[in-house]
Amino acid sequence: MDKNQYLDMFIDESTEHLQAINDNLLRLEKTPQDLTIIDEVFRSAHTLKGMAATMGFEDLTNLTHHMENVLDGIRNERIDAGSEVLDIVFDSVDDLEQMVTDVASGGEGRRDVSVIVDRLGRLEQDQPAAAAQSEYETLTFDEYETAVVEQGREQGYIPYQVFVSLSENVVLKAARVFMVFEALEKYGEVIKSVPSAEQLEEEAFDFDFQAIVLSSHAAEEIQAAVLKVSEVASVICAEADMHKPVSQERNITEKESSSTDSAIAERAAEPAKHAPAGKTIRVNIDRLDSLMNLFEELVIDRGRLEQISKELGSSDLTETVEHMTRISGDLQSIILNMRMVPVDQVFNRFPRMIRGLSKELGKQVELVISGAETELDRTVIDEIGDPLVHLLRNSIDHGIESPADRESSGKPAAGTVRLHAYHSGNHVFIEVSDDGAGINKEKVLQKAISGGVVSEEAASQLTDRQIYELLFSSGLSTAEQLSDISGRGVGLDVVKNKIETLGGTVTIDSSPGEGTVFSVQLPLTLSIISVMLVEVQQEKYAVPLSSIIETAIIKRSDIWSVQQQKVIDFRGHVVPLLDLTEFFQVPVAEEETDELSVVIVRKGEKMAALVVHRFIGQQEIVLKSLGDYLKNTKAVSGATILGDGQVALIIDCNALIQ
Amino acid sequence: METTAVGDVKLIVFQLQDEEYGAEVDKVRSIERMQHITRVPGTPDFVEGVMNLRGVVTPIIDLRRRFRMNKRETTDTTRIIIVQVGEMEVGLIVDSANDVIDIQQSNIEAAPDSAAEADDSCIRGVVKLENRLLILLHLEKVLDADELIAVENLEEHREL
Repeated sequence: MDKNQYLDMFIDESTEHLQAINDNLLRLEKTPQDLTIIDEVFRSAHTLKGMAATMGFEDLTNLTHHMENVLDGIRNERIDAGSEVLDIVFDSVDDLEQMVTDVASGGEGRRDVSVIVDRLGRLEQDQPAAAAQSEYETLTFDEYETAVVEQGREQGYIPYQVFVSLSENVVLKAARVFMVFEALEKYGEVIKSVPSAEQLEEEAFDFDFQAIVLSSHAAEEIQAAVLKVSEVASVICAEADMHKPVSQERNITEKESSSTDSAIAERAAEPAKHAPAGKTIRVNIDRLDSLMNLFEELVIDRGRLEQISKELGSSDLTETVEHMTRISGDLQSIILNMRMVPVDQVFNRFPRMIRGLSKELGKQVELVISGAETELDRTVIDEIGDPLVHLLRNSIDHGIESPADRESSGKPAAGTVRLHAYHSGNHVFIEVSDDGAGINKEKVLQKAISGGVVSEEAASQLTDRQIYELLFSSGLSTAEQLSDISGRGVGLDVVKNKIETLGGTVTIDSSPGEGTVFSVQLPLTLSIISVMLVEVQQEKYAVPLSSIIETAIIKRSDIWSVQQQKVIDFRGHVVPLLDLTEFFQVPVAEEETDELSVVIVRKGEKMAALVVHRFIGQQEIVLKSLGDYLKNTKAVSGATILGDGQVALIIDCNALIQ
Repeated sequence: METTAVGDVKLIVFQLQDEEYGAEVDKVRSIERMQHITRVPGTPDFVEGVMNLRGVVTPIIDLRRRFRMNKRETTDTTRIIIVQVGEMEVGLIVDSANDVIDIQQSNIEAAPDSAAEADDSCIRGVVKLENRLLILLHLEKVLDADELIAVENLEEHREL
């Protein structure tokens, strides 16, 4: 078997299982008595072990095996799922994660697991080892299932236990299982399967499985129906004894010469349920990326066609181009949608991180996540993780007080950090808020003054919000003790820069004693944006529509001067005027006129009026980078290719407004 | 120098003023005719701007000005040599690109000291052929981003 073919699948699935283990362990910690959770953890671990073994990752298999033993101990109530035990399990999950990461980056997935295996081993031995129960062939029914069976009996339905063995050279196990179930359902209702339906779907079994069917038909009919499914080696169908397992001697029908005594691997706790059939396929992200790239080419050509059709003035051509524009608009929203992923992908690693962090800092923190289903473009998702980690760490390190401090100020000992995502207009907002001490303005000012960020005179005139904004300037950390969580010199300025390169903004609000809110605003997508094309002298520039408030024509006589700075009065606001010809040093080619075209843009609450020469119009454009060589170009966030094949620069309004 | 082993090196030969330069063929992606270049504000004067190279926005620098020679009007022979260094793809405007030649690694001589100093060691060496002298470019140095920033800072100072 060519392993590489399955490697991607292995990495994807094991990452998912590890995430599930992490999530469930956290749940388990909160409700240790809930044994269904440990069942789920156990199942994930078991599947993981199976996959790792198939792929030949020995260390992974070894560690999962020992972890599974401990989990089994917890499940059978031999081991108490206390904090220390879970710590060790969490540590093993960390190790597993690192091994999977190693595999993903092309490594062998090797790692010295002896220490952790030893710790796990000790956990197992500390507890009296229960006699290894045979998990095999025992079918247990819970109350619900028994009730269903009893009820069925009253209505003349007989519970049959169906053993199915697939032939050993079966190719698509899951598909065969599906066909078997389909066959069974023609005769009655499948109420349970061992292994569970999910495991069957994931092919987490060898060749045999069993199902309990409520049916009014005879056992032979059912048996014959299942046997018709190809690649089924043998079927045994017998009335189920609700207390004892069915003996396998009854009613064997051999289809091929194959035995049926191989064990059935797992006992399932839940009744078989058919997962809602949302049909999905996994698509490699690279393919989506290249689809997007191709589409971008198409958008550029579309712009070109629009221009040509305008020049030619042929109505047939114009009509066709308009139709194409509509279709490609739809196509665009579909492609963009496909690339949208829920922020949960980023959020799901935070509970685990917060747990470790609060232990490390001796604080009690509860993380409340809401809106994790909010979707963002994958490119944004990939980049947003680090800044959020930083904000969360910041909240716990600087925001949440120690339990003693909290109690003395009348708050619950455990602090709450909220992570809230929501969708609004063309943006997604992510808020990180805590109910900690709030920002100490005095301390921020002191630091800022001593660090030379602001002068003392200037400091006295700052509004609260402006003081908070100081936190984003480089070299400012207000934690008195440097912990290794935050305050490593990389401050909130890094967060701000990162978010701004993503085309977003971040703001702070805080009230003393009640906490702090960091609000991050992000664009839904990065690659295709709507812009207003303008001409400055003879050069074309694109201004993102998201920054534009409106466009206007003003008279030269309406321009005022305040301390050498030209301003205009725009709807009651004094707005500074910025001549793009001057700012971008554009070669002058136009005569001065009495009237000026201005684009009013904003950054947060600040505004500016950009003087241009002509408005060309609104257009969807594909954002392209200027490349590494020109990465430090000021006030230009990128470039785009216009319909005529020329490059136009995109103005970064955030950098224009100071 | 990276390689001192004996062997053939393929060079693209191009002209700047009355000098002949060479760049390794494996670093050259393509040679383009002059086309529309969009000026990028706030860059050193040797950065001509960016152009659309088959859908990729590519920075273009004027090699004459990079080496502090006089600017020349575009003619029929003017070419843009697209080179790739690391992850960067950059176009170099040259007077003309006329030849591809093979030279022996051993024919490369160190640049004369004065020249090396004068031009920020953008020169990797010289190659003497029968009746011509080729200047072998050090492309990494030509496209050194630090140089770009240094020049930018210099210009900002001048503005103040």
